[in-house]
Amino acid sequence: MPDTLITTETYSAKLNAHQLVGSRAVSGGQIFVPPRPIDPQHVTSEMEMIELSGKGTLVSFSIVPVASTEMIAAGYGRDNPHCVGIVRLDEGPSVSAQIIGVDVSRPDSIELGMQMQAEFIERTIGDVTKTILAFRPA
Amino acid sequence: MNDRKLGRGVALVGAGMSRFGAFPGKSTRDLLAEAYRDMIASVDRGLDPNDIDGLYIGNFSSELFEGQGHTAPIMADWLGLAHRPATRVEDACASGGAALREGVIAIASGIYDVALVGGIEKMTNLSIQRVTDALATAGDELFEIPSGFTFPAFYATMATAYLARYEAAKGKSGTDALLAVGMKNHENGKLNPKAHFAMSICDVIESKKAAAAKKGNLVPTWSTEIDFLMDERANPMVAWPLRLFDCSPVSDGAACLLLVREDLASSFTNAPLHIIGTGQASDGPLHSRTDITTMSSARAAAQQAYTLARVDPADISVAEVHDCFTIAEIIATEDLGFFERGKGGTAAIEGRTALHGTRPVNTSGGLKSKGHPVGATGAAQVVEIWKQLRGEAGPRQAQGALHLGLTHNTGGTGQTTIVHIFERRT
Repeated sequence: MPDTLITTETYSAKLNAHQLVGSRAVSGGQIFVPPRPIDPQHVTSEMEMIELSGKGTLVSFSIVPVASTEMIAAGYGRDNPHCVGIVRLDEGPSVSAQIIGVDVSRPDSIELGMQMQAEFIERTIGDVTKTILAFRPA
Repeated sequence: MNDRKLGRGVALVGAGMSRFGAFPGKSTRDLLAEAYRDMIASVDRGLDPNDIDGLYIGNFSSELFEGQGHTAPIMADWLGLAHRPATRVEDACASGGAALREGVIAIASGIYDVALVGGIEKMTNLSIQRVTDALATAGDELFEIPSGFTFPAFYATMATAYLARYEAAKGKSGTDALLAVGMKNHENGKLNPKAHFAMSICDVIESKKAAAAKKGNLVPTWSTEIDFLMDERANPMVAWPLRLFDCSPVSDGAACLLLVREDLASSFTNAPLHIIGTGQASDGPLHSRTDITTMSSARAAAQQAYTLARVDPADISVAEVHDCFTIAEIIATEDLGFFERGKGGTAAIEGRTALHGTRPVNTSGGLKSKGHPVGATGAAQVVEIWKQLRGEAGPRQAQGALHLGLTHNTGGTGQTTIVHIFERRT
């Protein structure tokens, strides 16, 4: 029986509880983040939810002075650019995340391949609070 | 896959576009009517609109940009083509290419004999911040955008990885290959009267100096184009390492193409282009890929198109590729097989993709200079190939015997890529 709890809703609920979760194909063992309900290789294979360690390495990044409305509402923008990037988790898959704890004024100081650790940011915009996945150098 | 072929041959017998630019007050209807008239003027033996069986209109987001949904029948009616089937096709910035592919499939299938393909986008009603938000909806709203990614930031992240891996592309400035693409496309766009920014970087410098002098301000001095492009005040960072002149502009525009069953082509023109290759592929979000210095959707779409057309990358005379950001052109020229992996950046620096280089790319000025009204882009790329292969590109005409042209149209960060190959038979 497929695990009906493998939904975007569950992922968001876990994130709000400061947990990063993915799914693992029971037959092949491949891991997916965010959790996929369907194994692309074996459509009949069951998937199970797993919790990730939150450890990984930095694949690439950018520093963003021209921010979205949501990031501007969160205090970012031309005078306070934020860093975004892709982190490859130790378990295999990669995720998009805000990168914190780096010197955004010196992009050359941010090294590809460096060890990162997940952190969960609470962000309130209007009357909605949600948890944002971020990573900082470990 | 290797034995696939079009059920019937498809020919392009007309192609036109509106001017691209910022046109306050003009709607997509005005822009598409302009493109439609331009297309009709290009049909050598004339068009009877009663012959048009159906329409495919490429458009990314008339809802967000103009507050208008259900756009295709409105466009059909506005062109005086009511009652025909009219379908909007959406694949983000590849919407125009997707509409073209639907038109090709409809004619190849035998359902239509004559199809009108359009592409439209009216972007400049919104502030830059709202445009940034609208374009971001082409990313993954659940798993990418909350991190703070913008569209420039996605491509910047690709550029960071590319420049770290292929250091020869960095040159003296750190981003020489990116600057070379921007300068080259502005040189080409200067020769395109339909372009949003029909100016070279030198022209931009002179206009900035003139504006400063007119205002009585200190006239800035830049010794070279690269000097100007590395000046944070003249060319501010949008998403490190991409600056303003690495980004295609926010534009309004439309393009229009006329496709017919191949054996009807001679009643429209004696110089049709035969659409001999089409390919399309999709991919997951940027972070899901094992390598972000290439796009697997582009490699797959190109392979489909080359296989169907039975041609090789080396056979292509001219190409319009999706340079939404400068790094995108470099990656595209590698994914299409024009250059080896890691050599696209140095090829740009060496001028090999320039108008009179060995491999002209984006003779129209590309998205960078011509403009990028996103849903129109895929169709407008075809207008340039139409002109180039028919020898009608005027001062920006590529030299030599041109037989094969290619268009490469990307949606999002490569979640979609669509490739078409056109042949001029003489």
